[in-house]
Amino acid sequence: MNLWKQYLCPKNVSDALHALTSAPPPVSIIAGGTDLMLDLQQGHRAPVHTLVDVTDVSEMKALEIRGDELYVGAAVPINRVVASPLVQEHAQALVEAGSLIGGPQVRNVATLGGNVAHALPAADGMIALVALDARAVVANPDGERRVPLLDLFLGPGKSALQPDELLVGFCLPLRAPHQASAFERIMRTQGVALPILNLALWLARDDDRIADVRIAVGPFGPTPRRALAAEDVLRGQPLTGAVLAQALDALLGEARFRTSAYRATADYRRHLAGVLLQDVLQTAWQRAE
Amino acid sequence: MNEGMLAACRHEEAFYRGTMERQPQISLTVNGQLYQLPAVPGETLADLLRKRLRLTGTKIGCNEAECGACTVVVDGEPVLSCTYPAQRADGKTVLTIEGLAERGDEGVKLHPLQEAFVEHGAVQCGFCIPGQIMTSHALLQRNPEPSSDEIRRALKDTLCRCAGYPSIESAIQAAAHTLRTGEPLPPPDVKESGDGHRVIGHSHIRPDAIQKVTGEAIFTDDLVFEGMLHARVKRAGVPHAILRKLDVEQARALPGVVAVLTAEDLPGVHNHGLIVPDWPIMVGVGERVRYVGDALAIVAAESEAAAAAALDLMTAEFEELPVVSNPVQARRPDAPVLHESGNLLKHIKVRKGDLEAGFAAADVILEHTFHTPTTDHAFLEPECSVAVPTEDGRMEVYVGSQIPYSDRQQVADALGWPHERVHIVGQLMGGGFGGKEDIAGQIHAALLANATGRPVKLLFDRHESLIVHPKRHATRIRVKLGATKDGRLTAVETELYGDSGAYASLGEKVMGRATTHSVGPYEIPDARSDCYAMYTNNPPAGAFRGFGVTQSAFAVESMMDMLAETLDMDPVALRRKNALRIGSTTSTGQELRESVGLLECIDKVEAEVRRLIKQDEASHRPQGGPDSVQSIFAPRPVPGAPHKRRAWGFSAAFKNTGLGGGADDKAGAEVHLFPDGKLEVRTSSAELGQGLVTVLQMIVAEELGAPLSQVNVLVMDTDLTPDGGPTTASRQTYVTGNAARLAAQSLRQAIASTLAEKYDQPPEQIIFADGTVRVGGRSLPLAEVYAAMHSEGRQSYAVYEYRAPATKPLGQGGDMHFAFAFAAQAAEVEVNTLTGEVRVLRIVAANDVGQAVNPLGLKGQIEGGVMMGLGNALTEQFIVEDGYVVTDRLARYRIPSIVQTPEIIPIVVEHPTSEGPYGAKGIGEIVSIPTTPAITNAIYNAVGVRVDSLPVDQEKILQAIKA
Ligand SMILES: Cc1cc2nc3c(=O)[nH]c(=O)nc-3n(C[C@H](O)[C@H](O)[C@H](O)COP(=O)(O)OP(=O)(O)OC[C@H]3O[C@@H](n4cnc5c(N)ncnc54)[C@H](O)[C@@H]3O)c2cc1C
Ligand code: FES
Ligand code: FES
Repeated sequence: MNLWKQYLCPKNVSDALHALTSAPPPVSIIAGGTDLMLDLQQGHRAPVHTLVDVTDVSEMKALEIRGDELYVGAAVPINRVVASPLVQEHAQALVEAGSLIGGPQVRNVATLGGNVAHALPAADGMIALVALDARAVVANPDGERRVPLLDLFLGPGKSALQPDELLVGFCLPLRAPHQASAFERIMRTQGVALPILNLALWLARDDDRIADVRIAVGPFGPTPRRALAAEDVLRGQPLTGAVLAQALDALLGEARFRTSAYRATADYRRHLAGVLLQDVLQTAWQRAE
Repeated sequence: MNEGMLAACRHEEAFYRGTMERQPQISLTVNGQLYQLPAVPGETLADLLRKRLRLTGTKIGCNEAECGACTVVVDGEPVLSCTYPAQRADGKTVLTIEGLAERGDEGVKLHPLQEAFVEHGAVQCGFCIPGQIMTSHALLQRNPEPSSDEIRRALKDTLCRCAGYPSIESAIQAAAHTLRTGEPLPPPDVKESGDGHRVIGHSHIRPDAIQKVTGEAIFTDDLVFEGMLHARVKRAGVPHAILRKLDVEQARALPGVVAVLTAEDLPGVHNHGLIVPDWPIMVGVGERVRYVGDALAIVAAESEAAAAAALDLMTAEFEELPVVSNPVQARRPDAPVLHESGNLLKHIKVRKGDLEAGFAAADVILEHTFHTPTTDHAFLEPECSVAVPTEDGRMEVYVGSQIPYSDRQQVADALGWPHERVHIVGQLMGGGFGGKEDIAGQIHAALLANATGRPVKLLFDRHESLIVHPKRHATRIRVKLGATKDGRLTAVETELYGDSGAYASLGEKVMGRATTHSVGPYEIPDARSDCYAMYTNNPPAGAFRGFGVTQSAFAVESMMDMLAETLDMDPVALRRKNALRIGSTTSTGQELRESVGLLECIDKVEAEVRRLIKQDEASHRPQGGPDSVQSIFAPRPVPGAPHKRRAWGFSAAFKNTGLGGGADDKAGAEVHLFPDGKLEVRTSSAELGQGLVTVLQMIVAEELGAPLSQVNVLVMDTDLTPDGGPTTASRQTYVTGNAARLAAQSLRQAIASTLAEKYDQPPEQIIFADGTVRVGGRSLPLAEVYAAMHSEGRQSYAVYEYRAPATKPLGQGGDMHFAFAFAAQAAEVEVNTLTGEVRVLRIVAANDVGQAVNPLGLKGQIEGGVMMGLGNALTEQFIVEDGYVVTDRLARYRIPSIVQTPEIIPIVVEHPTSEGPYGAKGIGEIVSIPTTPAITNAIYNAVGVRVDSLPVDQEKILQAIKA
């Protein structure tokens, strides 16, 4: 059984949308294919009739400043994202997260669109985008809209995107002075090597106070969410041990950490959340000086 | 229909409009050549390259974006061709390994990277090498002067199971230097052996290295035969059951399917097995399924897709039975019984002295139980067999196998044929490590080829490879040590449970070695060991580099450190005090009379660690500070990272060379002289990447005074090469090496006596040097020597069957083995006390190898062995839950990558063994054995956490630190 019959390479968004709606079904978008190809090859996903390759769609390949935003096309290979001076300037967390995805061969094709659309609760690129308050640009036959990233998830591996919808790109606020972001993750090299926990954080610093902060942790629950309670604790506070401890308490109170066999217990994740929060917060704090 | 889109998507028109006039095309440039090809639905770039363009240098190790073997460079960027849709390459430029060397009138000029990989000994089995080179090529294009860190980042996911990562890194550095400066390639940093031989003891490159870096090296899956069919195997998928019904009719009827066979169609014997024929070739209706990988039916079809589809059309009904999931459970009286002989494969006993008296004489007694998991060889080349029926009614089987003559016997028995009717044609092997000793697809391919009269290829994918082939035994090992206050061991008792899985394979032998080595490389007056090798419903367990000693060394070497702490003694001093030396008697009652370099290994490792610590302290404390009086094992803080701690750990080991235990350990070799003056050495012994072919080539060159380039090596062919026996137990350098040496010597004698007569010279005065024979002032090239032999009617070849010194079975005392290799290692680790993460920074590895035959090859073996030991400690865990395999993809079974590679400092110790060729003994396994306990002992020294169950679990470490 062939995994697909037809392979389409539209060059612009409207052609891509057209292909999604009118090519013989089942139709699937393919970007880097680093998730999709494995799902097809390993039978986690039934063979499709049509693959719509979006990596040559010009709007989805763009990476530029647009007005007061940084625009990152959903199909820009992650290696290009992390090598981009614009991203390095405005979205350090995304650089750090992207650099950890797979190896160079994977990063040369993998995309942020795929990372987000695959909808895993701890996808590294996605977690960074959440902390960076990215909006997704979603196109469907009715037009284009901007959606907060967190609206795109229904459950583990379940995206809210409709079959005729396309993630075109992401818009990130530009970094102002005294703002910074950072990302870290803890892996397990022992046994089944899988990420245990990651954490991305953005903050604005007002002298010795945290003026504003956004925290994303993966996996935090079945769908990605921000650690809003922890953010509330930190906002407006100086970065002291006591504040940090309170923030961690708040974070642990709202997190729904699970035990995953052969990977990590919920307890270990709770502990690591503290380690990561302190580390990442410290890094971003210093960067925002 | 949108016009813009039509223009954009030229591939789709035909399907899209429902007018099928034009097939989509792919046009791409590969290695400078433009191709216009029709698009094939579902095709990956790897398939296009390998199958359509026959560029088979691009390898498939996993087909799941994990191993990097399939890396090619597309528009300047390395990508994984196994998961890259071919149609995406339309309009792009692809560079594969075949496109790197310049091919001109003067032949092939290697790219500096290729040359560097060859010269630096980075090529072992060679299967990963195209991927390594393509990834590094892309790196150097972007970054002509990469740092070590940048190389590691670039090669992060390009795995090498032979794990010569340090050599790979130095090769890339060397090539980068040459590319930048145009200067000649910097040579590798390898110490030559001090010995006075002309060839032996000096570094030589592998005879197959060049083909392996150009992509020309052919592995089994690269073969294609006219009319070849593709086979697949229907696996049981349940761990324990009686097969009640099997319906293959629908599969038979599927278009493209040529044959489906079940147990009912077996023409010969029904079982195979290396020692005990207990492994069903296919499980028949009414018979017992004993593990998920059991074969129920086999299919041959015109295409891989049809063969795969046929499997889905087969249905089986089982009466499922309770599962035996571990060896302790298997020994309980109420456990389900898996084989007629019961669940006990073998109870292995070692007895020495009076154990009670030994413990009575002890001041301290310690006892602890250790666990080691099942692990997988994860050789990068999955199993592949191609069976080809010949016109004269024979069967050729092309396969990379560690025991070609055993394959021949087992395939012939399955066909019901005399053994000679089967011809095993050995192929290059992309790693074996013990995992290619048992039958994999050889019999199934031959049965289908016999039934269809056509060539049949049976290739395992990674998933099947992980599920089916025998693994390293999981063990539970209890060790009880008794010692006097001053650290002399008085008694050791060990009890081992080994999980041999569903079938015997080499389980009895492996667990035998585990048991006889379970008291460590120490002289112990009173010892007792009992081992229960048990059948379970897990995948079978068999040979794996280390052969059981990997597991028992972890237990006893951990105990030695625990004892040292209890006695408040230095762990090195404790080992030194008890170490085997000349005159010692092992626990099996063997007196060691020669070649025991253990003390020197221990001393040298300790001295090197001391030197390194001094060096570190000097660089950290510019003013010199007070010289540390601490033990070399004291934990040290990490400057700038208060949550990290470093420490060194130590361990020692020994490992038999050769089969031993009374086995008739012999090997045959032939050395031929041809009319053109070329020499050829032939033996069926296997080359799996370890470098036997280089060793044999060197031996013949040494003995006959010929340049290496004049010596060809032919291995693994049951028609053309004499039986070299199994490639296992680190025996080939010794046993087959001796056979080749003695065959070469006897050819030399024949030549000398012929020329002596002809030229009327005393034979002693005939000199073999520089590819010529000097006799009475004349210097005859070997071609003329051949002519002289021919005209005198003398045979121009010699055959030798070498028998290693006799050994005694376990329990009879005396020499159970004819040689042992010894080793000591120290590992430096860094533990993150906030997360429990462990990193290995440095490993000092000293090995007593008797004589280093090829220092370059030895370096690769040491690096690879250490990395395999590191994987065993830190990353590898083959998980089976109630008989079902959890780690059924490479993504779930992690082998070490270049990122985890520590600095490896090799030390070669040479205590020659009198019978070994030039004094050499086996090295393949000993290099790997001490690594795991050295690492876990270091972890203890760093943070006080004793790891008694592998692999190291960072979460458990953290819990213990916090407790
Ligand atoms: C070896 C390896 C290591 C990896 N390591 C990591 C890691 O460390 N961290 C991590 O987070 N991930 C990792 N991944 C997963 C994967 O690489 C990433 O999730 C990647 O970003 C997916 O992007 P892609 O372009 O390859 O997606 P694809 O596989 O092409 O697509 C994934 C899914 O998203 C859909 N999709 C893709 N693009 C769009 C779009 N623009 N609009 C709508 N739907 C779309 C596809 O239809 C598909 O369902 C790894 C994968 C591999 C093979
Ligand atoms: S074969 Fe492609 S990554 Fe392993
Ligand atoms: S040489 Fe790399 S896998 Fe063998």
